Amino acid sequence: MSNELEFLSRRVASGKLSRRDFLGRAAALGVTATFANSLLSNAARAAGPIKGGTLKAGLVGGESTNSLDPALMMTQVPFAFGKCWGEMIVELSPDGKLENRIAEEIGASDDAKTWTLKIRDGVEFHNGKTVTAQDVAATLERHSDEKSKSGALGYMKGIATIKASGKEVVLTLKEANADLPYLLSDYHLIVQPNGGKDKPDAGISAGPYVVKTNEPGVRHGGERFANYWQGDKMGHADQIEVIVINDATARTAALQGGQVNMINRVEPKIVDLIKHVPGVTIRNHAGPGHYVFIMHCNTAPFDNNDLRMALKLAIDREEMLTKVLRGYGSLGNDFPINASYPLFTEIEQRKYDPDKAKFHYKKSGHDGSILLRTSDVAFPGAVDAAQLFQQSAAKAGITLELKREPGDGYWNEVWNKQPFCASYWGGRSTQDQMYSTAYLSTADWNDTRFIRPDFDKMVLAARAELDEAKRKQMYHDMAVMVRDDGGLILPMFNQFIDATGAKVDGWVDDPHQELMNGYALAKCWLQA
Amino acid sequence: MSSPILKLIAQRIALGILLLLAISVLIFAGTQILPGDVAQAILGQSATPESLANLREQLGLNDPAYVRYFHWLGGVLTGDLGTAMSSGQDIATSIKGRLWNTLFLAFWAAIVAVPLAIILGLIAVRYRNGWVDKLISGLALASTSFPEFFIGYVLVYFFAVKWQIFPGISTVYDGMPFGERMQAIALPATALTLVVLAHMMRMTRAAILNVMQSAYVETAELKGLSAFAVIRKHAFPNAIAPIINVVMLNLAYLIVGVVVVEVIFVYPGMGQYLVDHVTKRDVPVVQAVGLIFAAVYISLNIIADIAAIIANPRLRHPK
Repeated sequence: MSNELEFLSRRVASGKLSRRDFLGRAAALGVTATFANSLLSNAARAAGPIKGGTLKAGLVGGESTNSLDPALMMTQVPFAFGKCWGEMIVELSPDGKLENRIAEEIGASDDAKTWTLKIRDGVEFHNGKTVTAQDVAATLERHSDEKSKSGALGYMKGIATIKASGKEVVLTLKEANADLPYLLSDYHLIVQPNGGKDKPDAGISAGPYVVKTNEPGVRHGGERFANYWQGDKMGHADQIEVIVINDATARTAALQGGQVNMINRVEPKIVDLIKHVPGVTIRNHAGPGHYVFIMHCNTAPFDNNDLRMALKLAIDREEMLTKVLRGYGSLGNDFPINASYPLFTEIEQRKYDPDKAKFHYKKSGHDGSILLRTSDVAFPGAVDAAQLFQQSAAKAGITLELKREPGDGYWNEVWNKQPFCASYWGGRSTQDQMYSTAYLSTADWNDTRFIRPDFDKMVLAARAELDEAKRKQMYHDMAVMVRDDGGLILPMFNQFIDATGAKVDGWVDDPHQELMNGYALAKCWLQA
Repeated sequence: MSSPILKLIAQRIALGILLLLAISVLIFAGTQILPGDVAQAILGQSATPESLANLREQLGLNDPAYVRYFHWLGGVLTGDLGTAMSSGQDIATSIKGRLWNTLFLAFWAAIVAVPLAIILGLIAVRYRNGWVDKLISGLALASTSFPEFFIGYVLVYFFAVKWQIFPGISTVYDGMPFGERMQAIALPATALTLVVLAHMMRMTRAAILNVMQSAYVETAELKGLSAFAVIRKHAFPNAIAPIINVVMLNLAYLIVGVVVVEVIFVYPGMGQYLVDHVTKRDVPVVQAVGLIFAAVYISLNIIADIAAIIANPRLRHPK
């Protein structure tokens, strides 16, 4: 049966059979429409991309305050549009490996302190200039300047010197870092002429699309760049357009009405409803993003590890996963790493255990209620999740008092300020990045106030370790430490849920970020 | 004869300007109470103490509040609304297009809503207490009672998703052909019409009914004029002042109250612009938009007053 289907799907791809006939045959063979559709898109992908048309995305996460300056990109729309017009030094490929882009080759010294980037020949900027090592060096300089407002500054600070000579850029680091190439895949580091030092928001880089319209908060449009260096891999549609649709209902309606070809952030609660809309495909996949409750380890009563353990045991992760995420996610285990990280190792899953929680709670000597702050903006469903937590904790004899905070100002008044609140992390591309951003004693975003010199030493040691097996073990030990002593309660990892309309092909699930790590518009194409 | 009118008009305008000044103080004070500051909001979760300090310095957030108020007021009086803190764009330039979009949408909604409301009001009076009156009033009340987002979503569901007659999102842009633009605003304009229709229609009906109690209407009826003629010739002209008043109020609403409708239909007008910048704590933009909204509101009210004075000679001679 599958042979016949495969044969038929190839006939569709080569234009010898109509899509409708194929779906009819597939139904006759007892195959679900979803499976048949995925077969079709596989076949179409094998047949190769189709050039032409206008691909449109309706996305949440754009504001009229957005700018084309890559340093200031924070939300989803600049991120996704940036991947269309920008070209990176390196990029993460969907299978988790590194893919060289403007850098043709990356080499490290034995101590992982000096890194050499060899710059690819013949890559052209939209203004006709050729990309040089100087441009790459200037880009890195701009983002690592202490005065810069770049979102990548946190990682870039570790670079001591940047030198460009001939076709090479040589970086020396303050401390050894085996993960440097991963850091260079940060989406802020779009290579610009002279690093964007002259005109950071000019929107000129070497990506597959040239910026044609830029109306922040409304829409952004691009036209295929004729001299793109990898025209066979990206830039299939003649034109792309990003329409900012922040309202979830309007976004879904735009996809259903055919005004856009793809949308991001489908709410878990409506996935099952729109799954049945003809032509609409839900593209959900796991990623490193996680929903959390964070406690400050240095603030009473959370400075007591028994109390922290009691709370960790008093949360019903499974219930939360089914009720808040409707299954579109995976269980968390109180450390911020999951299988989407390259050096992940399994650790025994922590389960809801009211009796054990009761035991630790008693041992902590605390009584009275505990104040948990939550808000809709902490993560979608955070208020419901907090209520579930309250109920499951009550069964262990722990009283949680909930305070619903206004969404406005949540990130500066509550998160990283109040001792116990709900929050969200988008995850990072490597364990080192994740731990350095939020678990080092000195990290600006150490939102659990996890202050452990021994842990800091482990992070630095793992960063410099080039032996993968040893590094894996180190990260395992660090995870256990965060899990058992830290202030993080991590009930679940969320999935990215995007959706595409009829005729969209070439979709490849990418575990790093939503919309194929932002490349959906650049890499997908419209069926003829 | 005309000088007392001119004097009254001048008085109203002077009052309006004074009011606007008072509002500017309120707006400025209000934006100071917002939690957090613009530097924190721009950087959001990625704020570090150093980048915060850098940005605050750069944006001049370290000056005392009154200094910033007079600085701002001086700018506004010379036509300079300042630059948006978050994006560095000139506010007057970015608002121009947005304001035009909002006015365009309000204009077409008004073109449909105002005559429709008045005609429906007249019909309701003509058949007062009959089933036609009850039907009109009932439907109008129902459409006002539903929140705007509900009406918006219902329209989107039927006209954009189910029948696919009109687009569900109304992104308009410069240089868009007129026909396409009209198609794009069809649904938001309809939603706005439904929202403001009932108020105007009910007020028209009430105002005319009020006049219908007068002796001269009775006289007109006794003269044997037809019911419509009585309403058109005798009742309506005398009810025009309150009708103009409610129409102006609703026109103001069409411009300053469309935030929800603009968000639902993704319409690039002033409402969305304001919402975006409020969440970013972009004070200069919030102030500018607030002031423009206040100015629109006050001017429409002045126009309503003046029209009422012209329509009703008795108002020209205060007792």
